Amino acid sequence: MRLTLHVWRQKGPKDPGRIVTYDMPDVNPDMSFLEALDVLNERLIQRGEDPIAFDHDCREGICGACGMVINGIPHGPRRATTACQLHLRTFKDGDEIWVEPWRARAFPTIKDLVVDRSAFDRIIAAGGFVSVPTGSAPDGNALPVPKKVADLAMDAAQCIGCGACVASCPNGSAMLFVAAKVSHLGLLPQGRPERRDRARKMVEQMDREGFGACTNTGECEAACPKEIRLEFIARMNRDFLRGTFAERPEAE
Amino acid sequence: MSWLGRLYDSTIGKKAIMAVTGVILFAFIIGHLAGNLQILIPDGGARIDAYGRFLHESPVLLWGSRLVLLASVFLHILTSVQLALRNRRARPQPYEFREWREASYASRTMMISGPLIALFVVYHLGHFTTGHFHGSFEPLKVHDNMISGLQVWWASAAYVAAMILLGTHVYHGGWSLFQSLGISHPRYTPLLKKGAAVVAVLITLGYVLIPATIWMGLVR
Repeated sequence: MRLTLHVWRQKGPKDPGRIVTYDMPDVNPDMSFLEALDVLNERLIQRGEDPIAFDHDCREGICGACGMVINGIPHGPRRATTACQLHLRTFKDGDEIWVEPWRARAFPTIKDLVVDRSAFDRIIAAGGFVSVPTGSAPDGNALPVPKKVADLAMDAAQCIGCGACVASCPNGSAMLFVAAKVSHLGLLPQGRPERRDRARKMVEQMDREGFGACTNTGECEAACPKEIRLEFIARMNRDFLRGTFAERPEAE
Repeated sequence: MSWLGRLYDSTIGKKAIMAVTGVILFAFIIGHLAGNLQILIPDGGARIDAYGRFLHESPVLLWGSRLVLLASVFLHILTSVQLALRNRRARPQPYEFREWREASYASRTMMISGPLIALFVVYHLGHFTTGHFHGSFEPLKVHDNMISGLQVWWASAAYVAAMILLGTHVYHGGWSLFQSLGISHPRYTPLLKKGAAVVAVLITLGYVLIPATIWMGLVR
């Protein structure tokens, strides 16, 4: 099949960048989107041109490394799919495809389609953990967790931190990511004691990183390859508001 | 920093303030509509004039509620502008190609419908509260003021347009506020969304009824 790719090319963080059009006359419909970029890059290298830089790692939809806005939608048009699992058969012969990096102040572009997502790491470092003594594993069933609670926590824990929520949000907000992290830890007994404190610290870090605010449009939920739900943002709001409002002063 | 300062400083805290002030303004919109629909009672304005005098009976209550409303409007606008500026800064470079899948038209235009409604409120206060934008205003003659004011076609048209904007604003804000306050559940959130849509249509229709019937000469 034949595809025309309009790809964002940017030499470095300071380069203003531009769209470059590449003709792909003979791609296999069973290729993944990243494989199509691989083929294109092979040809660019043969022609002595600079290949398109893009992030990728596991290529099976679980690492969160890949990510590009394909035809105006993060990870492309298929729901619950990362760019590496998006196959060219999703498109029609002769389609024109626009490929751009995540665009957000907190995700500065490094080169072409690669952005710096370390803002997410700093949010995790601010509170996305459970402070328990490590050592021998606790006895099985010592801490009962109802199945429904475990399922809900797992739904939130599916987040792979790819940043599609930020990329799709009209406000460049990271609420869905932070909500997923706050929720999956806060739902389980080990994470409960620090629940509100965690929400407060992570949200404060999120704000410091320059992400936007939530306007409840639902774009993030639609873009999320792991189908994290808007409901978790409400849970985070609840934890944050209670954590800030009902926080007791430190004991002497 | 105090807890209140920290709350205001955060994006979620500001959204909570928008939600709470939104609830207050929403309650006013309902009460105001119920009161004004009395113009449709064909008694030469006796009921609505009595209602107007009743509202002005106690200066403490009148100014008390006006202050609450003014404070709500002020906070609603202040937080929304601060958040909108923040949101704009969060994406300095727009996409070359952008597609919307979930975001409703109403949700993407809150910062258009909102300021236009605010402009309308200024006009509306000058029209029927102070009388500055009204040709023949007489204090407390609610019925006469409404009839003479809304028989002007462009004034009537402005009211209808503003109420459609108000409808779109409530269509999104009516359920979004619950989410901002952390109230969400698979059982009732879909109902809240549908409820907000129904209420938005009812509010718009109810309010449009007033200028429309007066302009058509059905109420006099």
